Amino acid sequence: MTNKHTISILVENKTGVLQRIAGLFTRRDFNIDNISVGKTSVENMSRITITTYGDDKTLEQIIKQLNKLIEVIKVREMKPDQTIRRQLALVKIHAPTEEDKSEIIQYTNIFRGKIADVTPKTITVEITGNPDKINALIDLLRPYGIKEMTKTGTTAITRGQKTL
Amino acid sequence: MKGSKLLIDKLKENGVDTIFGYPGGVLLPFYDALCESDINHILVRHEQAAAHAADGYARASGRVGVCLATSGPGATNVTTGVATANMDSSPVVVLTGQVPTAAIGTDMFQEVDTIGITMPISKHNFQPRSPKRIAEDIDKAFYIASTGRPGPVVIDLPRNVLEEEIDISSLTINTDIPGYKPTKKGNLKQIKKAINVINQSKKPIIVAGGGAILSDCGKQLYEFAKLANIPIATTLMGKGIISEYDELSLGMIGMHGIQTTNRALTECDCLIAVGCRFSDRSVSNATKFAPNATIIQIDVDPAEIGKTIHVDIPIVGDAKITLEEFINQMDKTDNANWTKELIAKKRDNEENISYTQIPLKPQECIKEIMEAVTADTIVTTDVGQNQMWMAHYYKTRNPRTFISSGGLGTMGFGLPAAMGAQFAKPDANVLAICGDGGFAMVSQELATIKENDLPVVVCILNNRYLGMVAQLQKLFNDHVYATKLTATPDFVKLADAYGIEGQRVEKVGQLRESIENAFKSREATLIDVAIDREELLPIVPPGQSLDKMKMTFDEE
Ligand SMILES: Cc1ncc(C[n+]2csc(CCOP(=O)(O)OP(=O)(O)O)c2C)c(N)n1
Repeated sequence: MTNKHTISILVENKTGVLQRIAGLFTRRDFNIDNISVGKTSVENMSRITITTYGDDKTLEQIIKQLNKLIEVIKVREMKPDQTIRRQLALVKIHAPTEEDKSEIIQYTNIFRGKIADVTPKTITVEITGNPDKINALIDLLRPYGIKEMTKTGTTAITRGQKTL
Repeated sequence: MKGSKLLIDKLKENGVDTIFGYPGGVLLPFYDALCESDINHILVRHEQAAAHAADGYARASGRVGVCLATSGPGATNVTTGVATANMDSSPVVVLTGQVPTAAIGTDMFQEVDTIGITMPISKHNFQPRSPKRIAEDIDKAFYIASTGRPGPVVIDLPRNVLEEEIDISSLTINTDIPGYKPTKKGNLKQIKKAINVINQSKKPIIVAGGGAILSDCGKQLYEFAKLANIPIATTLMGKGIISEYDELSLGMIGMHGIQTTNRALTECDCLIAVGCRFSDRSVSNATKFAPNATIIQIDVDPAEIGKTIHVDIPIVGDAKITLEEFINQMDKTDNANWTKELIAKKRDNEENISYTQIPLKPQECIKEIMEAVTADTIVTTDVGQNQMWMAHYYKTRNPRTFISSGGLGTMGFGLPAAMGAQFAKPDANVLAICGDGGFAMVSQELATIKENDLPVVVCILNNRYLGMVAQLQKLFNDHVYATKLTATPDFVKLADAYGIEGQRVEKVGQLRESIENAFKSREATLIDVAIDREELLPIVPPGQSLDKMKMTFDEE
C-alpha cells in the first residue's frame, strides 16, 4: 500500500550531496514529494528531510539505497506519531473588500498565522505548522482567490529525548 | 612538492604499479610527474579500453585497477567502462583531468561535468579542489573502491590542483568517513536461524554470484557445501567459485543456464544465495523464482537484500567471514539423496557436444577451447552469443579466470579486459573470446597489445552478424534487421596490419591446435573462427519462470 513517509537524513556537508540524493531518487524511480535542507548543530553536517510516497518495500529500498551513499551518515524514517513536522507557507490572497480582509484575518488568527503584508487588493498570510494545518487554512482561503502561494519543504524532528 | 607529485606518491602508496591511460592537455602536469616514477603507464588507444583494462586487471587479480583519461572527451569516453565496473562491482579507480578550478563552470575548452556524469554510475566520486585534498581523497578512493561492495571511484583532477605547490609537512590526512562502515561479520543469530533451516531442508541449493568471487570465499564455500552436502550453482558472475568439473557443481543458472539446474531451483526447498543480487538474467520471473524455498541471502550490501526477491533470512556481511562462521556453527548434515540425484540428472542431460560440420558449430568451438586451456587460463568474453555460449558450455575451474561483463553487457569489453588481465597475471595464458561485432568496437587495442608484447590470444567467433540481436529479432518479431555485418574486414589481414599473428580456423580440430600453439608461442595471436549462424539455446524466454526453458526454437 502506498503511504506518505517522512525520512530524515544526516549528511556530510559537502558539495554535490543534494545532487547525489536527488539523483538517487530519480534514477531509482523513487518519488520526492518535498524536500528541505539545512544545517545542524554539528559543524559540517546537514540534515535533509524528504517526504515521499511509496509502499513499505519502496520505503525500505529508499532507506537502504540512501545509506549506501558515502556521504550519508544516518537515515531514519520519522514515525508520524512521534514526529514534530513543520512547514512554512506564504499565501497571497485576493481581498478587495474590507469584509474579505477581516474574514481572512480572523481565519489566520484562529490558525495562529501572521499577516505578512496588506495592500488595497491583497493580503499576504504567513503560516507555519504541521502540513495538515497549513492545508486546512489554505482550503479556507481558497474561495477568496489565491493569487500566489509558496511553501517550504517539511522539516521534522523526533519528539522526546531520542535523536537521530 | 607539486600536487601531481603528491598524487603519484599516493598512488604508489596504495600499491599502484600500472595505469591504463590516454593523455591530454590538462594532464600534462600529471605526465610530467609520472615519467619520473616507476609506475608503468600503458597507453591504450581509446579511453573506454583504459577503463575495461583496469577492470580486467582488477577482476583477474583482486587488486584495484587504475585508469586515466583527460578532461571532456576523455572523461566521456571512459564512462562506459565506469558503468561496466559499477554494475559488476569491480574495484577500479578512475582518474580524470579537469579544467582549472577557476574556470570550472565557464564552458572552457574540453570542460565537462565529470562529477555530475559519473555520479549515478560510480560507487563514489571526488573532485579535490586544492592540492591539500589530493592525499586524503586518493586514500579514501582506494579504500572505498576495494572495501564493502567494491566498485569504481572517480577522482576528477583540476589542472591547477596538479600544478600547485604544497607543503606536505603541514599536511593532515583524515580518512575517516563517518557514513561508510561496511558490515563484515554476519549476525550470529541470523546465521543460527539459517543453519536451522538448512538442517531441516531436504532439497537445498547454493547459488553463488559475483560477490562470492569478490570476497574470495571459494575455499569456505566449498567446505560449507561439503559439510551439508549441498550442490552449488552459480550465476554468470559467480562462475569459477568452485570448479565446474567438481561433483558438487551444478553450473550456471538463469536465462542461458543449465536446464536441470534451473528446474532444481524451482523445486528446491532452501536456497542459500551467496553474494548474488538476483538479477533478472539469473532469476527471470521474480515471482516464480524458487517458489518453494526458504531463501537465505548472504550479501555485504544491505540494499541487495529484498531488492528484487523476497528474502526470508537476510545476513549482511562479507561472504568469506560469514561462511567461516557457518562452518564453525554447523554440524555435518546430509542431503545426499537430493544432491546425488540432481548431479546425476545434470550429468545425464549434459549436452553431448560433437559436431563435425563446416562451418563450425559454436558449441564445438567451446569444446575445443576447453581442451586447449589449463585450470589457470584466464578467459574473458565479449557480449552476445559468444559470451553465452562460453557461459553455458565452458567449464571454469578457478575463481577470477572467467571475466565477463554481466550487469551492463558491454560490447567491446572482452579484448581490453584481457589486456588488463594479462598485465595483472603476466605469466598466465589469457584468451579473449569475442563476437565479430564486439571485437570491431575495440580492435584498435591490437596496437596496445603489440606495443606491450602481450601474449593475449584473441578468438573471434565470427558469424558475420550481430548474432544475439538477430536471434532475439527472429524469436520475437520474426524478422532480421540491421544485424548483418556485411563489410567486416578480413580480421587476419587486420591482425597482420598491427604486426600480430593472425590465423583462420574453419575445420574441426583446428581451433584447439591454434590456441595451444598460440599459448606455446607466448605471442599475441588473433584467431578468426568461421562459425555457423546458430541459435543460442536453451533459453528461458523473458518473463517465464526458470523451469520453462526452450530447447529448440519452434517447439510450442
Ligand atoms: C555497446 C553495446 N552496444 C550494443 C549492444 C547490444 N547487443 C548485445 S549483443 C549484440 C550483438 C553482438 O554481436 P557480436 O559481437 O557479433 O556477437 P555474437 O552475438 O554474434 O556472438 C548487440 C548489438 C551491447 N550489448 N553493447
